[in-house]
Amino acid sequence: MASAAELGRPPSHSFVDRITNWIADWGQVFIEGITALGKFGLFVWRTLGWTMQLPKRETIFPNFYSVGVSSLPVVALTGTFIGMVLAVQSYAQFAQMGLETRLGAVINMTLVRELGPVLAATMLAGRVGSAMAAELGTMRVTEQIDALASMGANPIRYLVVPRFLACLFMIPALTAMADFMGVAGGHFYSVWVLGIDIHHYWSNSADFVSTFDLFSGIIKSVFFGSAISLVACYQGFNCDAGAEGVGRAATASFVYSFVVILILDLFLGILLESINQSIETAGSGLM
Amino acid sequence: MADERPEGRDILVKVDNVSMHFGANPVLREVSLEIPVGQTLVLLGESGCGKTVLMKCIIGLIRPTRGQVYFNGADLAKLSEKGISQLRLRFGFVFQNAALFDSLTVGQNVAFPLRQHRNMSPDEIRELVMENLASVGLPDDVVNKKPAELSGGMRKRVGLARALILNPELVLYDEPTTGLDPIMTDVINELILRTRRRGMVTSIVVTHDMATARKVGDRIVMMYPLSRLEPNEPQIIFDGPPDQLDTVRDRRVRQFVKGEAGQRLMEMRTAAGQ
Repeated sequence: MASAAELGRPPSHSFVDRITNWIADWGQVFIEGITALGKFGLFVWRTLGWTMQLPKRETIFPNFYSVGVSSLPVVALTGTFIGMVLAVQSYAQFAQMGLETRLGAVINMTLVRELGPVLAATMLAGRVGSAMAAELGTMRVTEQIDALASMGANPIRYLVVPRFLACLFMIPALTAMADFMGVAGGHFYSVWVLGIDIHHYWSNSADFVSTFDLFSGIIKSVFFGSAISLVACYQGFNCDAGAEGVGRAATASFVYSFVVILILDLFLGILLESINQSIETAGSGLM
Repeated sequence: MADERPEGRDILVKVDNVSMHFGANPVLREVSLEIPVGQTLVLLGESGCGKTVLMKCIIGLIRPTRGQVYFNGADLAKLSEKGISQLRLRFGFVFQNAALFDSLTVGQNVAFPLRQHRNMSPDEIRELVMENLASVGLPDDVVNKKPAELSGGMRKRVGLARALILNPELVLYDEPTTGLDPIMTDVINELILRTRRRGMVTSIVVTHDMATARKVGDRIVMMYPLSRLEPNEPQIIFDGPPDQLDTVRDRRVRQFVKGEAGQRLMEMRTAAGQ
């Protein structure tokens, strides 16, 4: 928060002045917050507007490659280990109650609905989002974004839309990959290391995990992917000058993306659960 | 010395009472300028006086807080995003550090405006790129190099080749000779002069270099930082031909032209509270 001196006010020690300054400082913070939110909203609106006119092919493929193909090993590794860790953590409790064959249902349900999408998105917010913010931030401070605009190329269309589309399509694909590898990792640890019966492991999974569960995770990842790209590109575009500014943009991109992922996860979870309940109610009504 | 230009030409750029604030920090205050077609205007002034900001306002990269900028009579503030993008095809901007795209080769950088806006075959684009690189004195083998492999002078010349490839009507140079050796500085000056001779090109050159200003400019405008001006003083402290610089009485202009610190060190110490 800016001090009284920074805001050009004379320092004062009277109680009323201090209260006035305190209110003014918080007012300033509030105005700055609303302004930043408005600017972000405008940025999102312009990006969606330019998405209607597809960008040139030469700008799309490198971004799809860098977001999708280059992230594949790290996302596959993350998924595999999440599956195995879930097996390790859940086994002791389930074995105490003699329910270890239910492990498949727990691991696979948790993976496809929650941990797969959220952890894949978190990993990608770090790997892809921070890199985007740093790259665009560097382009901002070295005037490359101004150069683009000065040559009649719209920077949002040329730089943001391809990244947005790459995240929109590739992050759900990577989430499906993380889910698959997590399921494989959970299977490997439960069946091969803990010795749980393979038939019961999978029949319990099939009983509890529905197609809707799988799709609800993928639907979430579409929103996570969009949020990661928009937050990262916004931070890059509004980067402060110098190496410090670029570093701050990369850090802010990850932190804000992570917060947005968690908030979206909650609200999408509530929304998708209520849709699921409606489908089930409608289905039982038909029977 | 630059060629004398006839008076009474059409106004290409009109800056009308432009003010610009970044947050609470004012940079430009009621600046007005009219630039006729074919003129080379040199913007002089200390670092931070708002020269680059004014140039970016002129091509619509920055929208002024108050006032209007007109290009060929069209108010930039009333143009849509697409309208401004179309208008910018008539501008060429040479950035201070060239602002070449790191991820593209020199050839791709120079070809960028053509690929964006002209429906040309790859062979035609390549031919035009080579022609433009040769015109700024760069050898054929730079075409496949990345900008990071070039020297500062070469990067500036690639930036110039890129800015000129669409044959713009208005070329803006942001400190084109800063950081270059004296010979390369003169090479860039000659290129600016040659560009102007090529057609009826209007140029705005932001520089600190008096040799460049005198050599390429037929009109000099000197700006002064707002932080050291009284509230009612104009921000433009000199506007005239280069030869008037030697006879001007304003101490601030004389000091800048001669490159003398004068009382500035004392003022800076006072401002820093020492």
